[in-house]
Amino acid sequence: MATSVSGTARVYTDDPVRWFALASVLWGVVGMLVGVIIAAQLTWPELNLGIPWLSYGRLRPLHTNAVIFAFGGCALFATSYHVVQRTSQTRLFAPGLAMFTFWGWQLVIVLAALSLPLGYTQGKEYAELEWPIDLLIAVVWVAYAVVFFGTIGIRKVRHIYVANWFFGAFIIAVALLHIVNSAAIPVSLTKSYSAYAGVQDAMIQWWYGHNAVGFFLTAGFLGMMYYFIPKQAERPIYSYRLSIVHFWALIFTYMWAGPHHLHYTALPDWAQSLGMVFSLVLLAPSWGGMINGIMTLSGAWHKLRDDPILKFLIVSLSFYGMSTFEGPMMSIKTVNALSHYTDWTIGHVHSGALGWVAMISIGAMYFVIPRLFGRELYSVKLVETHFWIATIGIVLYIAAMWISGILQGLMWRAVNADGTLTYSFVESVAAMHPFYVVRTLGGLFFLIGMLIMAYNLWKTIAGAKPVEQAIPASA
Amino acid sequence: MDILYLLIPLSVIAMLGAMAVFAWALDRDQFEDLEREGQRILEADNDAPSVDPDQRGAPSGRAE
Repeated sequence: MATSVSGTARVYTDDPVRWFALASVLWGVVGMLVGVIIAAQLTWPELNLGIPWLSYGRLRPLHTNAVIFAFGGCALFATSYHVVQRTSQTRLFAPGLAMFTFWGWQLVIVLAALSLPLGYTQGKEYAELEWPIDLLIAVVWVAYAVVFFGTIGIRKVRHIYVANWFFGAFIIAVALLHIVNSAAIPVSLTKSYSAYAGVQDAMIQWWYGHNAVGFFLTAGFLGMMYYFIPKQAERPIYSYRLSIVHFWALIFTYMWAGPHHLHYTALPDWAQSLGMVFSLVLLAPSWGGMINGIMTLSGAWHKLRDDPILKFLIVSLSFYGMSTFEGPMMSIKTVNALSHYTDWTIGHVHSGALGWVAMISIGAMYFVIPRLFGRELYSVKLVETHFWIATIGIVLYIAAMWISGILQGLMWRAVNADGTLTYSFVESVAAMHPFYVVRTLGGLFFLIGMLIMAYNLWKTIAGAKPVEQAIPASA
Repeated sequence: MDILYLLIPLSVIAMLGAMAVFAWALDRDQFEDLEREGQRILEADNDAPSVDPDQRGAPSGRAE
């Protein structure tokens, strides 16, 4: 029933999916390379080379923007366009507009890669880009929403599959967050001032920062998880009912947990405590979702042994579970007093970013890209190699950051009997050095894995023609 | 902390919006036959070549 093709109207719109999928691999390599460079700069500061546009302060936002919005963003565009068509059994609504989102998003990325090293920044973490680029992002995002929700509107399957709910929430929430947080008053083409001042700006910034993690880096990638794990495992999700509960519980809880980023600041104490309580509540839906995904393999655990793509997808969930346990724990004010401003936070972010976001995306790309070109993967063995080198890289990275973070926190708070500080700040910096070496090594491992992936996919699709996939005929 | 007078109402409105969407989904019977829906993505789809054709049941729940 799935192979009857009558005319072009009966095939999925896969050009935007192909472009975004390949772009995500390219930007993954670039973003992680910049990550390794700045990790090395922290270890050996001479690597700044005295060149302003290669300095840590400018390359760090380039790294975060490249991995989150270029690598992760392109993977989300690709998979959401892929999944919404398959689960709705229809073509994309407005395919031209979908291609516009591709070129528009690439323009945003290129402008970021130019403007950040040149020093143009709004100085807001994960929202550094200056106002003209912010406007372009808003236009592309509205087009994305039109394509995605338009496709839902013309769906041929009555039920909206759970992955689409996650993708849809991600698209709407990011639009809201971006518009509110990026509000600024321009003074020239390359300079603007935030519409908010002082602690107000800090609160807006972390309302944005927290929910960007929740909706961009969590909800979006959960959409991926709920489609690609069942597909790769060839089994339905363990409990579809639980996936619906997971979605709504996450939506109703996440927005209220943001103040945990501002413990012990000028933010009112009640707001900090509220943020902490909601952060602890978040553990329940997060773990429900993790268990739901992993238990999909219940009764078929042997698949995990033979299938490295499934290894990526399932291990990403265990990192999701680990970082969604660590997050609520770090939001407890007494723990936060030790962990905040230390490398522990960096380790936490990377167990989420490398372990969860990157691994689920990598698994999804290994699934999607060969199919879009009608080929088998060039080498499954190389996927296996990639999996192990990436996993070892993550473990090196986060273990180094745990130790250095706790060491930092303990050194900073140590006081002598007479009340003076036991250690000067520079002594804590010197103590970090061995851990920074290990962190750089971990990042390098992860980057090498990404290069193996790029090579493997290149060999897979070299010379291949894009394959059009027929939409299953309605019965 | 005047900004909370923006952020809290904004978040409350977002929650009310989410509740309205949830009510819409309930009203449209989106959550009627849940286990069936989990199975569907493995069936009528041609990029899972190893799905056994015999397991493809008659499509149900199409658009009205």
